[in-house]
Amino acid sequence: MARVVLKLGDDISTDIIYPGRFMATVLPTETPQYAFADFPEFNARLKSGEIPPGSVVVAGKNFGCGSSREQAASTLKGHELVIVAKNFARIFLQNAINLGLKVVVCPEIEAEEGDEVEILPDKVINKTTGKEFKVEPLPKARQAIIDAGGLIPYTRKLLLEKAASRKKA
Amino acid sequence: MGLTMVEKILARATGRKAVRAGEVVEPKVSLAMSHENAALVINQFLEIYKDTGLMPKVWDPDKIAIIFDHRVPAESSKTATNQKKIREFVAAQKIKKFHDIRGDEGGICHQILPENGYILPGTVVVGTDSHTTSHGALGAFSFGIGATEMASVWTLGRVLNVEVPRTIKVVATGKFQRHVLPKDFILYLIGLITAEGANFKVLEYHGPAIEKMDISGRLTVCNMSVEAGATSGIVPPDRETLRYLREEAGVKGRIDIFGPDPEAEYARIVEIDVSDLEPMVACPHTVDNVKPVSKVGKVKVNQIVIGSCTNGRLDDLAVAARILKGKKIARGVRMLVFPASFRIYQQALKLGYIADLVKAGAVVMNPGCGCCLGVHQGALGDGEVALSTTNRNFKGRMGNPKAEVYLCSPAVAAASAITGYITDPRKGGK
Repeated sequence: MARVVLKLGDDISTDIIYPGRFMATVLPTETPQYAFADFPEFNARLKSGEIPPGSVVVAGKNFGCGSSREQAASTLKGHELVIVAKNFARIFLQNAINLGLKVVVCPEIEAEEGDEVEILPDKVINKTTGKEFKVEPLPKARQAIIDAGGLIPYTRKLLLEKAASRKKA
Repeated sequence: MGLTMVEKILARATGRKAVRAGEVVEPKVSLAMSHENAALVINQFLEIYKDTGLMPKVWDPDKIAIIFDHRVPAESSKTATNQKKIREFVAAQKIKKFHDIRGDEGGICHQILPENGYILPGTVVVGTDSHTTSHGALGAFSFGIGATEMASVWTLGRVLNVEVPRTIKVVATGKFQRHVLPKDFILYLIGLITAEGANFKVLEYHGPAIEKMDISGRLTVCNMSVEAGATSGIVPPDRETLRYLREEAGVKGRIDIFGPDPEAEYARIVEIDVSDLEPMVACPHTVDNVKPVSKVGKVKVNQIVIGSCTNGRLDDLAVAARILKGKKIARGVRMLVFPASFRIYQQALKLGYIADLVKAGAVVMNPGCGCCLGVHQGALGDGEVALSTTNRNFKGRMGNPKAEVYLCSPAVAAASAITGYITDPRKGGK
């Protein structure tokens, strides 16, 4: 069970998630401080540590549209937020999966800030309203990366396999 | 059953006869581009090699391009240090397609790649920038990826687990009116299909209005295809593609020209007659909030921006210079011009465009992304309004969430500079 800590509308761009003026900061260990920097109140709550890992951000359509900046995914991953959106923009979704940020595609989701939700593989249950919403599976092409725990370990595995087969040959 | 452009390209890049939308493939990459965010790519690349006992080595240094454009010259010590680290990596890995901060060969990545002949039709191009869609203008399947995904490409030379996208066919017929430009066409299309209308799909452009469009216009159209969510925009290569590659980009080697099959399967077909198009404006704060200039009302502007990867090429500067020659930019308006590359800057100098713009009151900046991403070179004050030929108007985009950004063509931008209000270039500044 987790609480919805932020409710957003459609077309939330990566400029809103991680404003361009902080893009010189690149390391995943350093980006979390600027999450939603232009929402100073929410940013302060994130930094204070009062928001527990696994807390949920609910958004509308096209979450993460715009720039390919990976900081937008790493800044949310740093706070271990879970993003439940009606759908996601392509590059953001891939970055999220590559970094192991938990994202849930839930086209009909209805939830308000403060609601308690339970996220299951096939549905999201809003415990506050008692309503259930179907979850769409993530692109099947990405499952191997999710299973490996992200793109870095996945690529490392392939690299080592390649090196081993070269040695044999 | 026929294949779309991108299905054909992905078949070639995987050594197969055919691939179909929905299949999962791992295409070989012909060019992998990064800008300053190479600093993060390098970090993730070294992370992949960590504890493997292997020496970190990129798969093919000739297929990697790195261009400094987002923050040139460095706006902070942090950026300068990132750029320094990248230079050291470029030297150590022997990456030759490197464009540093230089007046002879620098510029914006999406201009540097085509003008140097780095992009060939029928190839797969990836870039750690969402506007990598631009290079579909030359018939490549070119799309944006994140930094970790690029680190994986640097390691393996292929993109992992790509789902072959479906394609929307856009057919543009008719003839553009005077002062209506490719930018107006793509803004109209984005307004029509919305910011997520092409999400996970490719926009493939056809029709007489596209065939007549030069590569510069096609770059504008493909550049902004991502603003409709598209994985890529693509124009089937033709005579104009060949002309550009041979005459302007200096490509000497083999160029493969092919189009989609006539019976290719499309997710949707969108037809647009450009003859009726007006100059268009994308209003705050989404790119699909598009209106004809006549319906925007009287909007006072504080900052005008002409340039960027979207509209910073020679013909864009020519349009602006023609409108502004002998005129004065309205008091209270500041106009910033960012040519897309130093090659273009030099051509514009020679043709007198730079002089015309400066005499009118414009400030001509060094080629680069400038204020478009809100880092430096032209932030907006609280409550201020910018009218810009760039590609995004998201809240906070030009560095201030309390400001507004409108998007338009170079003709609308130049005409508005004279009046100080968003102005229809067909009517001129009265």
